[in-house]
Amino acid sequence: MAMKQEMTGAEIVLQSLVDQSVEVVFGYPGGAVLPIYDTLFKQNSIKHVLVRQEGGAIHAAEGYARSTGKVGVVLVTSGPGATNVVTGLTDALMDSIPIVCITGQVPQHLIGSDAFQECDTTGITRPCTKHNYLVKDPNKLSPVFHEAFVIAQNGRPGPVLVDIPKDVQFANGNYTKKENIIIPSHRLFEPRIFNNNEKINEVVDLISKAKKPIFYIGGGCINSGPKASELVTQFVEMTGAPATMTLMGLGVLGSSHQNSLGMLGMHGMYEANMAMHDCDIMINIGARFDDRVTGRLDAFSPNSKKIHIDIDESNINKTINVDVPVVGDVTNVLTEIIKIWKKKNLKINQTDIKLWWDQINNWKKIDCLHFINNEKEIKPQYAIQRLYELTKNKKTFITTEVGQHQMWAAQYYKFEKPNRWLTSGGLGTMGYGFPAAIGAQIANPDALVVDIAGDASILMNIQEMSTAVQYRLPVKIFILNNEYMGMVRQWQELLHGGRYSESYTDSLPDFVKLAESYKAVGLRAKKPEDLDNVINEMINTDKTVIADIWISKEENCFPMIQSGSAHNEMVLSKDQKQDREAAEKGKVLV
Amino acid sequence: MNKSVYDSPDNTSVSRRHILTVLVDNEPGVLARVIGMFSGRGYNIESLNVAEVSNDEHLSRITIVTEGTLEVVSQIEKQLLRIVPVHSVYNLDEEGSAVEAEVALVNIDLNEKNKKKIYEICDFYRARKIENENNSIIFEIAGASNRINRFIKEINQITRIDIVRSGPVAISTHKNTKEE
Repeated sequence: MAMKQEMTGAEIVLQSLVDQSVEVVFGYPGGAVLPIYDTLFKQNSIKHVLVRQEGGAIHAAEGYARSTGKVGVVLVTSGPGATNVVTGLTDALMDSIPIVCITGQVPQHLIGSDAFQECDTTGITRPCTKHNYLVKDPNKLSPVFHEAFVIAQNGRPGPVLVDIPKDVQFANGNYTKKENIIIPSHRLFEPRIFNNNEKINEVVDLISKAKKPIFYIGGGCINSGPKASELVTQFVEMTGAPATMTLMGLGVLGSSHQNSLGMLGMHGMYEANMAMHDCDIMINIGARFDDRVTGRLDAFSPNSKKIHIDIDESNINKTINVDVPVVGDVTNVLTEIIKIWKKKNLKINQTDIKLWWDQINNWKKIDCLHFINNEKEIKPQYAIQRLYELTKNKKTFITTEVGQHQMWAAQYYKFEKPNRWLTSGGLGTMGYGFPAAIGAQIANPDALVVDIAGDASILMNIQEMSTAVQYRLPVKIFILNNEYMGMVRQWQELLHGGRYSESYTDSLPDFVKLAESYKAVGLRAKKPEDLDNVINEMINTDKTVIADIWISKEENCFPMIQSGSAHNEMVLSKDQKQDREAAEKGKVLV
Repeated sequence: MNKSVYDSPDNTSVSRRHILTVLVDNEPGVLARVIGMFSGRGYNIESLNVAEVSNDEHLSRITIVTEGTLEVVSQIEKQLLRIVPVHSVYNLDEEGSAVEAEVALVNIDLNEKNKKKIYEICDFYRARKIENENNSIIFEIAGASNRINRFIKEINQITRIDIVRSGPVAISTHKNTKEE
């Protein structure tokens, strides 16, 4: 077959996607992408999922990508189509999700004329993508697409946007196959590996001498592929050290693993945060010292030597100075570390590590996730516990929106495998969970996909009910309904004198009727005794389901490190007052 | 010790001027990507200069003068390297000795009274008069930024001037910083 083939720009777009093994595109048509939609109509290899708002398309693509490790593809029109995906692009950038987003643009002769549905898409999305393109020549379309897919996946993954004027979609051009594209090395987004052998020896040496080591595991371990999670688990077992995970890293080491301390950070486990504070060697694998994890920077793990393994060099010494940085992919670096550890036949001193575990087990006795159950009201923590118990033996994917329910899900749902937990960590996007669940369900038709939601968050992308029902997706929406923006209310209670400014949602819809109006199934649990039945019915219904769970209205999410406090200053319950001065300082932080 | 490019810089560093030289693919939007990174992450640009340096390879060199501690400048370098069309970033202060120069054009309000003094100053600073069709008095001065500063200061004491400056460009005296 000839190396080049002439076709229209729109055909080149589709051919590039086929060449990249794309199976699904999430999108919404409009004037400036009609030629691409016309080409889509004439083919069968790519499935298109029609969302109800472009913001839903990109979160669905994120859910698809996060649950499979593949690139999520989005197709939207110019102007409002493009601006509606800005939140999702930023979300994908913050959480390192590989996305290729195709936007239509007004024809070239209209660019700059304030034409109908024109906006400066590449200008607007420059800071919220890894890279973006405005393609003015149909011959450049296929090289751009093949490069875009490489950039989206290479190094630290992220979103890439390709903006295509309508006339370019109509014009004829040559198609160049993936294997015939040569991408210059500086554009590949490969990490700059520097002296890693020496660094890895240093790492191994430090860990072997540790008395109080801790692994701090992040989302990079998930992006590195399933092998990375196996290697992390293997190395944690070889050292016998405790391990804590970030919100994005949940599932790397199974929650039930004896070395797992669960999540750390603002709403993390008491023992995990105390261990981070008191450790002597910290091994950060694929995490980025996010402010939700570190708390007050000058009091962050003050006496430890820090090892940082990250694929993104700019994360090294960004907020926390580390002693041994290793730039590289987690799988590659850990393979080397394990090899050398075995070769040198190293072991951490058993007496030291036992003392360290004794200390940790003492912290565990605090039982920081303890809550007082109630026979009259459903406690949100109890709702998640029951959801976990009744779904743990199935292939379950959990997505969340953002807020209290997200933190309760992270605390009380136990994740044993990577890629099963989909949540908006960096950007904290309310409205992420439901479309992400749609994307995950498209990618995993046989799995149980549950969006743990709040009553406020779910309304941000509720229009996607129509999408879920159209594609017969048995996605479950599990709403922890307290009629509040719970996390806002909690902060107002703790930091703003209980003045609940605009955080109560009046006039919520009747979620059962809402589900029924979309021809989905609506269920409701008002009392603890209803809960198991509702969850079981939800699981066993082969349709889109909204389960409206009425929970205690003013429950707070604990434990908590308030903004501006350190890891060893956790607040365990409402009754424990935080230092007033620290609280005042923390108030200005987010 | 073998110091890696991403080792932590000294914590004792103070904020000072740095000249970064950035080699980029000359493609649409590349300058916007670079300056957008500075404004988006809250870094300073004292001056900026950009021009194509290789026509056949479509390469441009951007010279940025910024101020910050070594930690901040090291973070700037790493953030610049994340931009896809960026080939290389060098902090010329780190690379050892570098030569820097800038160009200024000065439109001088000249009269019979100040003429002699001004020509003396221009002569001293080797500022070159540029002939033009309107017969206005325009001088070009090139060289180190502080020399231009001194020239401007002296002229300013005598008469009113209009001035345009290119901002410094700089090149390492050590090695060829062009990669690939």
